[in-house]
Amino acid sequence: MKSKLKQWMDYRLGLAKPIIEAAEHPIPASSASWWYVFGSAAIVLLGLQVITGILLALVYVPSASEAWNSLQFLNHDITLGWFLRALHGWGSNFMIAIVLIHMAQVFLFGAYKFPRELTWIVGVFLLLLTLGMAFTGQVLRFDQDAYWGLGIGASITSRVPAFGAPLVHALLGGPIIGGATLSRFFTLHVFVIPGILLGSVGLHVWMVLRLGINEWPMPGRLVRKSTYEREYQDLIAKTGVPFVPDGVWKDAIFAAAIVLAVIACAFFFGPFGPTGQPDPTIIQTAPKPDFAFLWIYAVLAFLPPSLETPFLLIAPIVIIGSLLLLPLIAGEGEKHWSRRPVAVLMVALIAVTLGVFTRLGTYTPWSPVMDAWTSDPVPLEYLHNRTPLERQGALVLQGKQCRDCHSLSGIGGLRGPALDSIAARMTEDQITRQVLQGGGNMPSYGNALSPSETTALVHFLLTLRGPGLTPAVDASRTLTSPGKPH
Amino acid sequence: MNPANSRRKFLFKVALLIDGAVGAVLAAPIVGYLLGPSLKKGSSYNSWVSLGAVNDFPEGETRLVDYRNPVTAPWDGQTGNVACWVRRVSGEQFQIFAINCAHLGCPVRWFAQSKLFLCPCHGGAYYADGSRASGPPLRGLFEYKHKISGEQLMISAGEMPTLATEACVKNPLIQLERTKRS
Repeated sequence: MKSKLKQWMDYRLGLAKPIIEAAEHPIPASSASWWYVFGSAAIVLLGLQVITGILLALVYVPSASEAWNSLQFLNHDITLGWFLRALHGWGSNFMIAIVLIHMAQVFLFGAYKFPRELTWIVGVFLLLLTLGMAFTGQVLRFDQDAYWGLGIGASITSRVPAFGAPLVHALLGGPIIGGATLSRFFTLHVFVIPGILLGSVGLHVWMVLRLGINEWPMPGRLVRKSTYEREYQDLIAKTGVPFVPDGVWKDAIFAAAIVLAVIACAFFFGPFGPTGQPDPTIIQTAPKPDFAFLWIYAVLAFLPPSLETPFLLIAPIVIIGSLLLLPLIAGEGEKHWSRRPVAVLMVALIAVTLGVFTRLGTYTPWSPVMDAWTSDPVPLEYLHNRTPLERQGALVLQGKQCRDCHSLSGIGGLRGPALDSIAARMTEDQITRQVLQGGGNMPSYGNALSPSETTALVHFLLTLRGPGLTPAVDASRTLTSPGKPH
Repeated sequence: MNPANSRRKFLFKVALLIDGAVGAVLAAPIVGYLLGPSLKKGSSYNSWVSLGAVNDFPEGETRLVDYRNPVTAPWDGQTGNVACWVRRVSGEQFQIFAINCAHLGCPVRWFAQSKLFLCPCHGGAYYADGSRASGPPLRGLFEYKHKISGEQLMISAGEMPTLATEACVKNPLIQLERTKRS
């Protein structure tokens, strides 16, 4: 009965043969490896995202006035709504991570070389589309971070010469961040990008099947356009095993593990946000992008103002351009990582760079701590045995919000240097000048401090020498006053 | 060549040409629809909005004021409310600053004690007159055009200020970066 139905179906569909052929296509035995599971894991996560996304769309309202409320409703009023949101959010983080690992693996195994150049190029677009999904998804979580994240996006866009204003309007769908903005990001997140993404995944997988999976690289076995095809066929003839089941069982187990990991994170850590309401009149907020974009947020804190616009406009073109050109420039030659020290170093360097900037993005040492001046006390030991003037200075330090940027005993802002041993580094004159005129990264306080406040503040700072350190001296002064031998 | 075949090839090309023409007729309104927000001139979004009576603002102080953006859709919700910093320098002399940092648009906060605007995102700092004090911003805070009409303080608003969609033609009083750029 079953086989009859199968026959009836396949007489009309004609898909059984190509599907079986694709499933059982021979792969080099060496490629049935645990290192080759990341691509399929990315597809499994994409499937999870599609399913959870559709389920969230059952409730979510893509309207600027209602989106935030509908997320709260999902979190608190819909049975397991919080869990679906958590799955979708964690699924997104896992997908970005897996796509990046997949990319690093493909790079280190030289899999982008002939004849798989186009597979890599489509893969680069898949990475960009994945990041595009992450950013637009962050916007759909329409909270304070989403709102100001859009502000950052618009501000970056506005730096494009000549077309800045029309591009900002195209991005926002109008003059301000509002209903039109959310609607177009909803369209991008739900229709446009997923459509392109699924189509590109199809192309990507089609090419993997058509060209065969990359063989495990061997040091000294060079890729040459003239001979590669024959060598690969020989390898398949000698060591070929069917993808199903010899290779696929590892993919299947890893897929289960990764989905289980998403489920565990979703269950134990819960959904992301939403944070505060997307109300631009609530300014008591320190907006931050999602994890995947923290490194960009950090880079933007360190660029010198004059370099920032050129960097923002040129760097993405250079980065994406070099990723796209990589297989066209280095399409032949050595595949094995042990013979490609530059490639290994590059991966290590990029990973460390992204890691360091992401870490910095988690605690934003460049940002003033907006409430440190009211919430962080002056350490008691800094007030003992101080004159009234010096204690007055401690009050000035606190009242004038110096703590927002400067720490004492490790508490306070990290934007400026810690002040615990400031008098060991700067003389009275230098401190006075720095306070009044600013300089470096410090605003000048000449207008914000009265002369008596300045005197008190400087006298307090002069007591902060740190243990066992001598006060800073002005070397030029000892030279010009011959009465005082040094 | 078979004349019937060449005739079909010709007809196929004619059909493609017709499809191309219909496609262009269809594409024009679609592109127009998509570019609608971009083609509109930025200044046409702006109109005069009242921030309240002049005397509500004490001289020498800087205060946060909310207004409803003049261009909103009914479903804009809270996002249609915009905040700005109003500084009454003295008498009828005002400065109205956008809430958006000139660096990347985050909301700056006014600290009256240290007379600074500080940005929570990347630490941009501005003096009381909006000029750049330190940090990554390229320039001072964006200022709205304003006027006093009767007893009302009015600003020309409607657009989120960015480097390309600045509401005001006049630059803030001090531009630290200007010497470098020129």
